[in-house]
Amino acid sequence: MGYKVEVSTVAPENDEGVHYIYEAPVRLWHWINAGSFFVLAVSGYLIAHPFPSLMGQASHHFLMGDIRFSHFVAAYLFGGGFLIRFLWSFIGNTYSRELFRIPVTSGIWWKDLAREIRWIFFLEKRPRKYYGHNPVAQSAMFVFFVLGALLMIGTGGAMYGEGLGEGSWADRIFGWITPLVGQPQDLRTLHHLGMWFILVFVAGHIYMAIREDIVGRQTSVGTMISGFRIFRK
Amino acid sequence: MSETVYEVMKSQGITRRSFIKFCSLMAAGMSLAPSFVPVIAQALETMPRVPVLWLHGLECTCCSESFIRSSHPLAKDVILSMISLDYDDTLMAAAGNEAEACLESVMEKYPGEYILAVEGNPPMNEDGMYCIVGGKPFVEQLRRVASKAKAVIAWGSCASWGCVQAAKPNPTQATPIHEILTDKQVIKIPGCPPIAEVMTGVITYITTFGRIPDLDREGRPKMFYSQRIHDKCYRRPNYDAGQYVEHWDDEGARKGYCLYKMGCKGPVTYNACSTTGWNNGVSFPIKSGHGCIGCSEKDFWDKGPFYKHLSNLDGFGIEADADTIGLTALGVAGAGVAAHALLTGVKKSREDHESGKTKDSPSGPSGKDQ
Repeated sequence: MGYKVEVSTVAPENDEGVHYIYEAPVRLWHWINAGSFFVLAVSGYLIAHPFPSLMGQASHHFLMGDIRFSHFVAAYLFGGGFLIRFLWSFIGNTYSRELFRIPVTSGIWWKDLAREIRWIFFLEKRPRKYYGHNPVAQSAMFVFFVLGALLMIGTGGAMYGEGLGEGSWADRIFGWITPLVGQPQDLRTLHHLGMWFILVFVAGHIYMAIREDIVGRQTSVGTMISGFRIFRK
Repeated sequence: MSETVYEVMKSQGITRRSFIKFCSLMAAGMSLAPSFVPVIAQALETMPRVPVLWLHGLECTCCSESFIRSSHPLAKDVILSMISLDYDDTLMAAAGNEAEACLESVMEKYPGEYILAVEGNPPMNEDGMYCIVGGKPFVEQLRRVASKAKAVIAWGSCASWGCVQAAKPNPTQATPIHEILTDKQVIKIPGCPPIAEVMTGVITYITTFGRIPDLDREGRPKMFYSQRIHDKCYRRPNYDAGQYVEHWDDEGARKGYCLYKMGCKGPVTYNACSTTGWNNGVSFPIKSGHGCIGCSEKDFWDKGPFYKHLSNLDGFGIEADADTIGLTALGVAGAGVAAHALLTGVKKSREDHESGKTKDSPSGPSGKDQ
């Protein structure tokens, strides 16, 4: 398969067919990623705002330890998954590249973006059909998810490296981020902000996906499960 | 310069036995193996004492206060035996022109051999006029003395990071010394103040081995700053168990639970307090029931409040931390989604209604529909 990024994946108006869009690794990654992010957000919130204090001997409990453990397991899945997903964008079909490569140099893409924004603000009568992502979805995923995930992996990795200690793999890969952002407390602040940043995206992402299924002319949630995009009307 | 450390100690009546004991203590203090004891002993027997010039800029002298309370080694051993503290305006007997003459003579006699220790930092606003030493801006003295120094030590958070005088809005533009002496390797010993044993330990290392200790990414000696307070805190088991102090007077506080919820900055602070302790190892803040305020970290005054573990953020109103801002943003996004969903529903039902009308009248939308 030749390496190519399609600028526009607008489908013809009369296309009412069924197309295989999301390959199995992309779908698998999507749901592992969603699950790990859910665990990360919940456990992360509990690390920042722990449960009421437990009484008794310290040796009888390991509550915070378990919460942090789940955070780290989910973080490995999230970070590792992100890396594999990025590598897959070199191997997979053209739709697997949409997440990481935004064709900002193309005039057509910007026109499509404007058209899609008008649709979202109820200024267009009919939605368009897209084989892959529409430009609004694509930009939102890049800005909120890809950049957000990089922020979280970077700041989280740097904090994880602090725990593993100086000279550990995490410290070597991510340790330089700490002086870049200031000091360890700034890592913490950014890591908190990053979670909310991605959660805002999650809210919009789930809403738009379900909305697409209802008022759009193509399947959306089902496509990420089966891999097939079905056009209507 | 001609006298060695051992010779000076001997002349003070210190026995060989006490000298070797002292060497063992030094090795332990610097986390070195017992095999280093003879190395240290030999170095102290043969190496000439190093002249040290101790400058004071904008500071509160808490570093000096801490330093003179060192017990392993005793500060008097360091000052009187190990180094030749030739200039320190707080501790020296001479004053005025005589003191300044000491500084000049060391710089002339031992260029490239003396250690420059800086307590405090220079304010750069108004050409440095906010801190005058000997009739001239401190920054000039700092640059001049540093130019011929063998090594530069930044004592405390003032010299290392800027500390309270550099907190926002930093009216005097107090500047950490590594930003002034850009061509020198500055050894940062942050803390407000730094631990006495850490200060004397670093001096001992330099005089004993004739080189600066291994430094981390930020320029701090690894042997004292490679772990966070939290990593070696004796209350860490309470943290992992989920046992926290919730109020200053609750059961958890009496039992000595983790101070995380009271805003302890131990998890984000690199220092040796939880291992070496303070005042001859008697205690350290957490052991005394108060959270760490992160005094050895950059700009810790601006990362407050001290009693919350999340910092307030500027520009979002009072008491806004990352979570209140994030939750608000998510609320706004949720409201936006709900409003959009509502509009979508209204539009769709109207369209369905219209298309239903259209089906009833195949001749197309007619005037009476409007």
